[in-house]
Amino acid sequence: MTTATSWSKISDLLLEATSDTLYMVGVSTLLAALLGIPLGVLLHLTAPGGLSPQPLLNRLLSVVVDFGRSLPFIVLLIAILPFTRTIAGTTLGPAAAVVPLTIGAIPFVGRLVDNALREVDASVVEAAVTTGASKFRIVRSVLLREAAPAVVAAIGVTAIALVGYSAMAGVVGAGGLGDVAVRFGYHRYDYRVMWVTVAVLAVLVIAIQLAFDVVARAIDRRRRVNA
Amino acid sequence: MITVENLVKTFPSRSGNVVALDGVSLEVPQGTVCGVVGQSGAGKSTLARCIALLEKPDSGAIRVDGTDLVRLNGAALRAARRQIGVVPQGDSLLRQRTVAGNVALPLESAGVARLQRRARVLELLDLVGLADKAGAYPDQLSGGQRQRVAIARALAATPSVLLADEPTSALDPETTASVLTVLDRARAELGVTVLIVTHDMDVVRRVCDDVAVLERGRVVEHGKVLELISGDSRTAAALLPQTDQTTGLSSVDSNVGYGRYDGIAEVVLVGFAAVGALLPEASSRFGVNLALLGGGLTRLGDTPVARFRVGLTGDRADAALDFISEHGGVVRRRTREEVAA
Repeated sequence: MTTATSWSKISDLLLEATSDTLYMVGVSTLLAALLGIPLGVLLHLTAPGGLSPQPLLNRLLSVVVDFGRSLPFIVLLIAILPFTRTIAGTTLGPAAAVVPLTIGAIPFVGRLVDNALREVDASVVEAAVTTGASKFRIVRSVLLREAAPAVVAAIGVTAIALVGYSAMAGVVGAGGLGDVAVRFGYHRYDYRVMWVTVAVLAVLVIAIQLAFDVVARAIDRRRRVNA
Repeated sequence: MITVENLVKTFPSRSGNVVALDGVSLEVPQGTVCGVVGQSGAGKSTLARCIALLEKPDSGAIRVDGTDLVRLNGAALRAARRQIGVVPQGDSLLRQRTVAGNVALPLESAGVARLQRRARVLELLDLVGLADKAGAYPDQLSGGQRQRVAIARALAATPSVLLADEPTSALDPETTASVLTVLDRARAELGVTVLIVTHDMDVVRRVCDDVAVLERGRVVEHGKVLELISGDSRTAAALLPQTDQTTGLSSVDSNVGYGRYDGIAEVVLVGFAAVGALLPEASSRFGVNLALLGGGLTRLGDTPVARFRVGLTGDRADAALDFISEHGGVVRRRTREEVAA
């Protein structure tokens, strides 16, 4: 008899791992959006030709953002372990993994949001300026609203990237689907568990993409091809 | 009433400073439609951006009802911007907002309450003839309709000045007419002062009371259209029919040329009475034969205006021309050599 795991055990395992992954991805996506969208707005506003050009601040933010994005996630994960312990009280488990996941995703969201805002026509923004709108109002009612479909899509891309990151977080004891794949597929050569995990991950990613597509399309009022 | 005083704006470039506006002054009385025309590169866009308070001039003043708006900042600048409604060049509507939402934007900036906002938006959509499109999105409208929404938006916060930057440049003739009608109605019904920056002289012909001609950053001509066309002005040259185009009514015999006429003149006639009756009246009263050699008829707003080159035959040709001149026609005598050239 080998150490093959029973199917009922596998399904219990996968259920828990999937819920851990959803928790990690969900919370860190939310936090990364909450912190990354303002960062993206700031990047956009302070850029040359933006509403509040601040070349120095913009340079600084850009460097920080690009540095954050250049760091391989597994390195970031380990590098900020002390910080994670300070925030979460532990470095183990899904809750602790949210910290590096969020930190890793913030610059990613920031850059994607900056790009999304760039797609808003300058003439539309200027028209809003001529109505006497304040910068805050322009950001909220013009930039973010006009770019909303692209921002939603950016958050979707982030969520899917975080599914990948969360699998790596499994390596340092965060649990989740990545952890299951590594422990059973890699350490025990139980490829059944491995492939089932891959399938669950694939379904998860496709479902996330679909959900964000639906939302992005629902809030987009631009012309669609009407059948 | 808007006054532009000695506006100077330069832009730095690799080969030294480029002077876009070189001391531009303008005065547009309350309730007047003024066209600012000029070739591309004359400074029109820069002037429009300065008046829209999007660009700060190096020096000079822009006064609306006496207050200089150029040196303002912060909340005062935003309040000033609401005094100048702007119809920007090109598409400028929020594509994610309904027509009504777009028109409401300046009212939101001004802090107008929701109920009053709604009433005001409907009023304006009615003015531009799009009351039935309140709930539509910009992508569901035609170019001309979008431009009318932009006009309604510009008028929302009851500005005293409406600035339209090339409002018809992307439109076909039919929609151009509807947009110009709306601009004219804004003046008539709201008493707003309208400034139209355009390269299209036809816009001036149709709706402008005043015109300012911009050339290399300077105003080279500024005044009432109907006055400028009587003189030897660029406005007259651009707006009136060319006299060397034949009318088809009389032709110049190529053998005899202009030799058979006792007098040749160019005549500008303004208004129904003059256009309709002055030439036949002069002809019959002085017993001269009056041939129309060139020119034609046009309209400036509602006023018919004609410019003809006439050839007169008869002993009292000079007296006939004096008569036309005394009765409001603008007569310029020409020699045969001049017109043959």
